[in-house]
Amino acid sequence: MTQAPELPPLHMRRDALDPTPELREIRETSSVRTVVNAFGMQVYLVTRHEDIKDVLSDHERFSNSRPPGFVVPGAPDIPDEEQASARAGNLLGLDPPEHQRLRRMLTGEFTIRRMKRLEPRIAEIVDQHLDAMENAGPPVDLVARFALPIPSLVICELLGVPYDDRDDFQRRSARQLDLSIPIPERLELVRKGREYMALLVGRARRQPGEDILGMLVREHGAELTDDELVGIASLLLLAGHETTSNMLGLGTLALLRHPDQLAAVRDDPAAIGPAIEELLRWLSIVHSAIPRITTTDVEIAGVPIPAGQLVFVSLPSGNRDPDFIDSPEVFDVRRGAPGHLAFGHGVHHCLGAPLARMEMRIAFPALLRRFPTLSLAENFDDVQFRSFHFIYGPKSLKVAW
Amino acid sequence: MKVEADRDVCISAGNCVMAASAVFDQDEDGIVVVLVGEVPEGEEDHAREAVKLCPSMALRIAD
Repeated sequence: MTQAPELPPLHMRRDALDPTPELREIRETSSVRTVVNAFGMQVYLVTRHEDIKDVLSDHERFSNSRPPGFVVPGAPDIPDEEQASARAGNLLGLDPPEHQRLRRMLTGEFTIRRMKRLEPRIAEIVDQHLDAMENAGPPVDLVARFALPIPSLVICELLGVPYDDRDDFQRRSARQLDLSIPIPERLELVRKGREYMALLVGRARRQPGEDILGMLVREHGAELTDDELVGIASLLLLAGHETTSNMLGLGTLALLRHPDQLAAVRDDPAAIGPAIEELLRWLSIVHSAIPRITTTDVEIAGVPIPAGQLVFVSLPSGNRDPDFIDSPEVFDVRRGAPGHLAFGHGVHHCLGAPLARMEMRIAFPALLRRFPTLSLAENFDDVQFRSFHFIYGPKSLKVAW
Repeated sequence: MKVEADRDVCISAGNCVMAASAVFDQDEDGIVVVLVGEVPEGEEDHAREAVKLCPSMALRIAD
């Protein structure tokens, strides 16, 4: 008999490409229900599209920061000073106005215009990886050959991180967000990652390059501590690895399961824009936004929640809410799905969304045009997923052509 | 139809530019800029969509 510990927490449960039907059941009955998170804590899970937007846009009552003395069960006792240093620069752990102060330093790097300027370089990186895949010959693991290395190289170049060091930081990134790994081990990975980033920050302080780290030093070096620089850069490196890569892997799998829609994305240049939005909506690879903590007694959908409680919002559930979109279970790349919550909502809406969109806009059609006969080289039922990971995706994906 | 943008609230998600590039742009820092005094004919739906999609609720229809 399968025991509970082998199953991820409810908000992370999936059935291959679909969220668990249990989420739908909650959405249809009460919107909000108490569930147990990965650390055994009782939390409130919010499942309806409108309720999720209400939570994410109300940073005064639903805070990203943690009150003094807040501890996660299983976390080792860390001195206050070390904890403050480890939290510095983490935009996802801050509320306005501190959050906006740091975010504003970065937004110029992710404008739509900047992404257009990056387009040729991303296309070149994609082509190089397709060449390597072609030379290797089928079957290949699409995750290792395509989905992971492309966003990895792109964020490294943007940020100013040597790609040659990738073995270490790719391994750290993946394991850091794997909730089945004990907290002390994950904290150690975070610490190692920060040590590595501190070296790069030191280098940028001495000799700022033409990258985001260099820009931060040149334009904001006096107002940012080294801890903040390390925190910001570590977050960008992590986010650059764990998001687009899973979208490319899981998105390719979704398209392979819907051959007519795959053909549209491959053959019609106008199809990719709306297709990306539908892939984001339907797959919703981020199970939940960063948990919020209530700063006062609140009520969501008639359910009272006391102050000081953790609130999780289920992005896959919100994105499949029939009050948000018709036939939510249907995957239809032609509809575009504006208003989906895959990038979150409110002030913490994904900073890198324009970059992620640009990477997908280039990578999906290029892959499908290079290998028009692309197919899964393993049984669909055998595909392994990262089921305990903060962000969902395939562990690997064997493809042929 | 006119639109207003609160540049202090803008978080540079870029959704408005995606939805209505004839009406909205981003400055060098990514902050929203309203390009037109009056929303051009035929762009009203796009402008409304942009207002609806803004994750930080920085946009509104002025009249």
